[in-house]
Amino acid sequence: MSKIEIRDISIIFGSEKTKARKMLDEHKSKQDILKATGCTVAVKNANLSINEGEIFVIMGLSGSGKSTLLRCINRLIKPTSGEVFIDNINIIRIPDKELLGIRRKKMSMVFQHFGLLPHRSVLSNVAFGLELQGIDKTERLNKAKQSIDIVGLKGYEEQKVSELSGGMQQRVGLARALANNPEILLMDEAFSALDPLIREQMQDELLELQCKMQKTIVFITHDLDEAIKLGDRIAIMKDGEVIQTGTPEEILTNPADKYVARFTENVDRGRVITATSIMIKRPVTVRLQREGPEAILRKMREKNLFALPVIGKNDEFIGEIRLRDVIKLREKGEKNIDSIIFTEIPSVLENTTVEDMLPLLNKVRQAIPVVNEKGQLAGMVSPSSVIIEMTGKDKIEINEIIQNAIDL
Amino acid sequence: MIINIGKYIEIAIDWITKNFTSFFDGIDHIVGNFINGFQYGLNWIPFYITIAIIALLAFYKAGKTIGIFTILGLLLIYAMGFWAATMETLALVLSSAIIALILGLPLGIWSAENKKVEKIMHPILDLMQTMPAFVYLIPAVLFFGLGNVPGAFATVIFAMPPVVRLTTLGLKQVPKDIVEAGYSFGATRSQLLFKIQLPLALPTIMTGINQTIMMSLSMVVIAAMISAGGLGEVVLKGITQMKIGLGFEGGIAVVILAIILDRITQGFVKQKK
Repeated sequence: MSKIEIRDISIIFGSEKTKARKMLDEHKSKQDILKATGCTVAVKNANLSINEGEIFVIMGLSGSGKSTLLRCINRLIKPTSGEVFIDNINIIRIPDKELLGIRRKKMSMVFQHFGLLPHRSVLSNVAFGLELQGIDKTERLNKAKQSIDIVGLKGYEEQKVSELSGGMQQRVGLARALANNPEILLMDEAFSALDPLIREQMQDELLELQCKMQKTIVFITHDLDEAIKLGDRIAIMKDGEVIQTGTPEEILTNPADKYVARFTENVDRGRVITATSIMIKRPVTVRLQREGPEAILRKMREKNLFALPVIGKNDEFIGEIRLRDVIKLREKGEKNIDSIIFTEIPSVLENTTVEDMLPLLNKVRQAIPVVNEKGQLAGMVSPSSVIIEMTGKDKIEINEIIQNAIDL
Repeated sequence: MIINIGKYIEIAIDWITKNFTSFFDGIDHIVGNFINGFQYGLNWIPFYITIAIIALLAFYKAGKTIGIFTILGLLLIYAMGFWAATMETLALVLSSAIIALILGLPLGIWSAENKKVEKIMHPILDLMQTMPAFVYLIPAVLFFGLGNVPGAFATVIFAMPPVVRLTTLGLKQVPKDIVEAGYSFGATRSQLLFKIQLPLALPTIMTGINQTIMMSLSMVVIAAMISAGGLGEVVLKGITQMKIGLGFEGGIAVVILAIILDRITQGFVKQKK
């Protein structure tokens, strides 16, 4: 069972909720419901399961219902229907007192506009959650200091938060959220109000912290680049519906619909797409000590290739064999191909990104071999597919560019 | 056709007077003792000590200039022979303002919380503020007779609206995400009010308190018409006996007191910001 389980959550704002709910069940559109009842459907039958220790990003444009959905997890907003389970406890149905305990100890939240208390110092802001729990002053200030150290704000304890820059303020927000050592962090557009440079820095630091802390983080953003950078998994929301959930790569390589595809157009794919998604699985290979020059030549002609990978008994990758050498070998009348295998061939692992494969292009003849952890050949990546991923253009467009260049 | 609203109000006031006599007597007793104690205390302290205390307060809260002004102004009042009257007025103003705050703050909080309450409160506050101040003197006399207590009663009604309004406004201006942050960390309703909302609304609330004190002062002077003592009495004597000089002297004393009270309370507002 996952850490957070969101089941069939619908959230309707307005006075005629029952009628709107009924219309929603009849699959009426949001606009129709708004017209008939005056109610806004913020979230529509959302289902998500979020695993322990992962950064789960919910991405969508403003008005997609992502922040509203996030607020169901700590019940700042009570959904019109549906359940939210945290460690199998139904947050929506528990009494208020129990909810208070969960909000105090189990999860904390980071806000887009920080939500800090401007009249208090950094230290007492960070200690705020502990203060609400009624922890005595020395203990809570100690814990707050530790938390301030973690986010790199040492020395700023006595400053007023209103005197700090945006990036610093959000560090205070993060320190406050970490101070009560929660299992779950809810981050609502936490970095969206920051300058691009600061934002990137904060993202890197969050990833670094996450390596040490292993919290379950639910991160809301409208920025796909941010989602891809931070997310172990991403859910994409549109008009209150979750339209796709998956790893960043799954979403880029296999967008669920046109909407998602349009989103992914401008993403720097080179950093996300890995060898696995673009390699040719079961490539033509030469098995060592099995095949002679004749057989190899036939294979090459058939596929119109001038180099082939060589694999050993257990599919382990050994090297490459080239057309010219095979012809020479045949002329000499030799059968053993050992002498003509190039072993100094670059190969990449399955999770190597396209960006990292780019420098290898001029070192290979035919294609880049991809090996798994055991050293077995998993597939081949052709230079043209690397170029397609890096430029974001398809095959026809690239051919056009080449043709134009020739014509010049 | 003439609609006689006045008649119904008379009936209502009559009914209240008849049926709640002991209630009003109780209030009369408590508030009367409170004001008398206050007045007695202020008059018992030697004038130079009072001047020193007020001047120090003005010095710390409003700066050097106002500090000096306070000393000179109060000395002038003393020299004009209005010290006792001024202390009576000050006691009346402060006790009325305190009562107005005790009633007004919770009302302000309540109407920030509850839209229905706000909707009902809004026109009532408008009425309380715009009704000519003299009108309050009549029921005040009917309920409490003549003297300080009806003066305080009329003053409280007249001076309460600003503190109610600005408390509501201040609480509503607290940014939504800070309130959300409070709840998300597990704040109870009262923790939210005392740790987040009231501290953040304090500058606005202080402005309301300042307004309430100023309005109390202006009403306390009018309340002299129903025998509330103090500087109002001096001014009233000036009017009724056509003594221009006396009227002006009383007026100047009121202005000096007003400036001192205003600057000191504004000093609190600025410090909170």
